[in-house]
Amino acid sequence: MSVGIVMLCHTALDRAAQVARHWVDRGCPVVIHVDKRVIKSDFDTLQTNLSDLSNVRFSGRFACEWGTWGIVAATQAAATIMLKEFPGVRHVYLASGSCLPLRPVSELVAYLNERPRTDFIESVTTADVGWTIGGLDLERFTLRFPFSWRKQRRLFDGYVRMQRRIGFKRKIPAGIVPHLGSQWWCLTRQTLSAILEDPEREEIDRYFRRVWIPDESYFQTLVRRYSSNVESRSLTLSKFDFQGKPHIFYDDHLQLLRRSDCFVARKIWPHAKKLYRVFMTEEGAGQAAAEPNPGKIDRLFSKAVERRTKGRSGLYMQSRFPNENWENGKSASPYSVFEGFAELFENFETWLGKMTGTRVHGHLFSLDRVEYSGGESIYNGAMSNSAAIRDYNPKSFLANLLWNTRGERQCFQFGPADNQEINWQLAADPNATISVISGAWAVPLFKSNLNFSEIRTEAARLQRLEQAHLTILRSPWTKARSRIWNLAEFVENPMEPLQTIVDEISPRALRRLTDAPRMTDLTGFGQFLQNLRNQGMQPVLMGDFPVSDDLQQHAARRGRPYLVK
Amino acid sequence: MSIFSRYRLRLARKRWLVRAFRKRRELKPAAVRVRSIKPADILLFSTLRNERVRLPFFLKYYRDLGVNHFLIVDNDSDDGSREYLQDQKDVSVWHTKHSYKRSRFGVDWLNWLQMRYAHDHWSLVVDPDEFFVYPFCDTRPLRALTDWLDASSIKSFAAMLLDMYPKGPIGAQPYHEGQDPFEIAQWFDSGNYSITRNGHYGNLWIQGGPRARMFFSDAPERAPALNKTPLVKWQRQYAYASSTHMLLPRGLNLVYDEWGGEKASGCLLHAKFLDTFALKAEEEMLRAQHYANSHEYKAYKAALNDSPDMWCKWSEKYINWRQLEILGLMSKGNWA
Repeated sequence: MSVGIVMLCHTALDRAAQVARHWVDRGCPVVIHVDKRVIKSDFDTLQTNLSDLSNVRFSGRFACEWGTWGIVAATQAAATIMLKEFPGVRHVYLASGSCLPLRPVSELVAYLNERPRTDFIESVTTADVGWTIGGLDLERFTLRFPFSWRKQRRLFDGYVRMQRRIGFKRKIPAGIVPHLGSQWWCLTRQTLSAILEDPEREEIDRYFRRVWIPDESYFQTLVRRYSSNVESRSLTLSKFDFQGKPHIFYDDHLQLLRRSDCFVARKIWPHAKKLYRVFMTEEGAGQAAAEPNPGKIDRLFSKAVERRTKGRSGLYMQSRFPNENWENGKSASPYSVFEGFAELFENFETWLGKMTGTRVHGHLFSLDRVEYSGGESIYNGAMSNSAAIRDYNPKSFLANLLWNTRGERQCFQFGPADNQEINWQLAADPNATISVISGAWAVPLFKSNLNFSEIRTEAARLQRLEQAHLTILRSPWTKARSRIWNLAEFVENPMEPLQTIVDEISPRALRRLTDAPRMTDLTGFGQFLQNLRNQGMQPVLMGDFPVSDDLQQHAARRGRPYLVK
Repeated sequence: MSIFSRYRLRLARKRWLVRAFRKRRELKPAAVRVRSIKPADILLFSTLRNERVRLPFFLKYYRDLGVNHFLIVDNDSDDGSREYLQDQKDVSVWHTKHSYKRSRFGVDWLNWLQMRYAHDHWSLVVDPDEFFVYPFCDTRPLRALTDWLDASSIKSFAAMLLDMYPKGPIGAQPYHEGQDPFEIAQWFDSGNYSITRNGHYGNLWIQGGPRARMFFSDAPERAPALNKTPLVKWQRQYAYASSTHMLLPRGLNLVYDEWGGEKASGCLLHAKFLDTFALKAEEEMLRAQHYANSHEYKAYKAALNDSPDMWCKWSEKYINWRQLEILGLMSKGNWA
């Protein structure tokens, strides 16, 4: 008993001829259907090419536009010829012109001989398929589709919409339970002839003629009426991308195809010389006769789909530039922003770096230059420290920094004296953790050597900016995790917030802080604030900072940190 | 987009096409073999001036990728470039003495040649110092890419310009004919590119890289654009609007995904910074034939006087396209 191959061809007829010859030489008769749209001279060449083979037949030609009845009609015609002309055939294998046998034909024949009554066809009820594109599954059977999906997309979509709105439904004939599945099957003579010789076939065909993509449903549905033993999977290896279009195999897929242990693969690039050479000659000899297992190579293709639909989070590049809020992750990895810490503590950056093992930068958005960690002038990814370059596109700057350093948590200082343009980007990013000591910007002013009138103006400006920033952090659109202390409450009890911050950055290092950063001397700061008030400016962001120096001394006395469990 | 601005873009496109048509007389055929172009051929278009030393490697590189025919405008070379090209069987050359600047930096000339010869062909527009790299370019020829683009109904393919530079002063290692320029210029900047969207044409505007870092650090807005769309399934009504940065109709500029996914894209490795560069910068300054009063070349000239080293410790050494993919400079998209 042998296997008969039905081949549906529309392009690369030379490759189709090569494969047909391969099948015939190994004892499998072939019936070829060539798309009616192929020009005559090409078809004639194919015929003369194969004229020396006695076991090749050509079936009547139909135009096979994708998604239409033509493909089913072509399959029916070719299968009828196969059953009539080659009585020795028990299984009929439906393949395309760009299919390539991956294993020796004898193995396929032996495999099918062991399973003489099994029909290999993917056949799934409409409720259970997850792969239909455009949401049409059961509706393929109940709506009408007079317009071409490829050429008249708007009419197609509009007509579908209209039918949905009106509530139009075609009646599914009695005895038909819609099933869908891959177009490529392998059926036994018994089942196939039962389908083709069904007395009701005319009526059934009339119904399916108007079904959307009948090649994925005609045989898949009817096989359930006649077959006693359906194995719902395709013997042809075929992978689909996110648009439902088959992935193409190239020379560099050779090992992958071998590993799959499938009998036939679709679709092969016609110029994949190595694939054709290897599989048409050595026949993949030396392989163990394993069960076909397309799952082995699924990963590569599902990753491709994921890359195309979701992409890499935090990457902004020439072919991925997501609209706002469609980024699927605004930035590449979590990071921390500290506001007021470097002003309040003298050695905050080195301390934090030591405590958490992360990269701690200075004020990345400082107006005069980008303060990279360690005072570098060029940083990861060859980023410049020029403030002009950064300010030209602050969003790209931050995205680049986080992308270039992905895998290493970044921390940086920020404050009202910096470029504020990045505010919303920080606030709207769930990857950002923002810790703010509000009012700490006054400490450098307090220590500065400016005239008091200048200090007063600057303080008013910074306070206004920080207020605006805090309003953003408190807005309902903010996705970043933010913690805000005012200066007074922070100074009173600095260790608890610091412990929280460190735990959050390196959660596994659960240990108490033994070493605290050195707080700058705030003696006289209360008086400084009072002076500002006396000059008519109202510093509000520091909280209730007493005029006397009680507060800080109180904090300093506490000495060792403590933790309340 | 309003009907009015759509119509304006349509007019702009028509204007470029009329302009290209008028400029056709400036091109004098030197050796034209366009009859040998077959219907499915992949064509390469280029404008050049005095690039003789680069040509052998350039032609070899693209022949190996699978380009079938080269259509080249020679802007009055005097170093034998034209004579060399005339002898190549798969090259058609046109000669012109007219102004590069007034043909919008060669765009008008190439728009005309494309209108005339590239209809329904995949057409690649590159300079002689640009080398196209795309996903799987080490194992799959260019035709595999164009077939896949055809099957996916994609009409244009993005390839960002990636400036390559040597370690040490630019002129230190002399380039000799036939040599792979990336044996010298092996390094690139991996992650300092700024991207904005151009609302009018719909393309992305990419700037950055070593040129922005070295020559434009106080005026980054003047740094040259790096976004390019060099590979297009050409139709005669298409037009490049500004170099290969922007195309009309604007749908061709949508080479990026806006919903979080990645489309497939490549890179153009830019072998500009070789020892030939100093000479070129000098000459182009004198000719004043480059974009925006050649301010780019003025900036180079100023910086080149103290023979700069573009290399820094964060520079990446080029290995292959997979490296560029991992770094996020290009993407395989859903091509697997």
